[in-house]
Amino acid sequence: MWTWFHKLASPPHVYRIAGRLTPWFGWTAFLLIAAALYGGLVLAPPDYQQGDAYRIIYVHAPSAWMSLFIYVTMAVAAAVGLIWRIKLAHAVAASAAPVGASFTFAALATGALWGQPMWGTWWVWDARLTSELILLFLYLGFMALRASIDDVQRADRASALLAIVGVVNVPIIHYSVVWWNTLHQAPTVTKMGAPSISLTMLIPLLMMIVGFNIYFLAVLLIRVRGEILRRERSAGWIREQVRA
Amino acid sequence: MNPQDFFAMGGYAAFVWPSYAVALLVLIGNVVLARNAHRRAREDALRRTARQEETS
Repeated sequence: MWTWFHKLASPPHVYRIAGRLTPWFGWTAFLLIAAALYGGLVLAPPDYQQGDAYRIIYVHAPSAWMSLFIYVTMAVAAAVGLIWRIKLAHAVAASAAPVGASFTFAALATGALWGQPMWGTWWVWDARLTSELILLFLYLGFMALRASIDDVQRADRASALLAIVGVVNVPIIHYSVVWWNTLHQAPTVTKMGAPSISLTMLIPLLMMIVGFNIYFLAVLLIRVRGEILRRERSAGWIREQVRA
Repeated sequence: MNPQDFFAMGGYAAFVWPSYAVALLVLIGNVVLARNAHRRAREDALRRTARQEETS
């Protein structure tokens, strides 16, 4: 069992498998996102309160979801790397960070573009928006910390600690709209019982969220491959495998 | 539906389309950056292993 596990987690093996899986994830994500765009922009009816402005939800909510999902992925990978000293896990954490940061930026930017017509302001220092901004700083801090340490193993350990500590922010973001009286509306999809949204509106949203997740896997695999090469750059297997 | 109505987004075009532009930019940008990082690491690794073969 352990030898099997070691073979599975060996850098050349992961490098090869990741390369083979990437196009499958990539094209699946592309099709899902394209279909969700059509469903969200064309098929779904306008909202009775927000008109067509609500359509921003199809890019805003999936981005916000990814900003949290990727952070948890990153923190779990960092913790696994720290506890069991698995270099591959650190490579995953390092690869996830820039993608997560970009989705956090997208969530904040599309949120501002939604806030202006609906609330009359681009930005307000309420709990949801502020905690999401802190998430962006956590990502950027993680990346800056890694970039500032030359030794890869020390960078792995230091940044892993930061990622793990920062995870307290995730439930704060998620429950901020419940715990505090915020301007941000309560969740639409994950509400207890039935979601308060019609199916023609909901299906494109769910497709977009699934599409974004699969998209993340594709990008993560590309980044992990680069990260493996960076860490193993003098290893013998590279010559035989990478050339092809 | 005629295209004009579609692009007008019920008067919210100035907010809806930039939102989709931001999302699209992030989706495309991540792929480009990830591929660049992979290519750079690949070239660097190949250069190193080539040098090792020369010296050995």
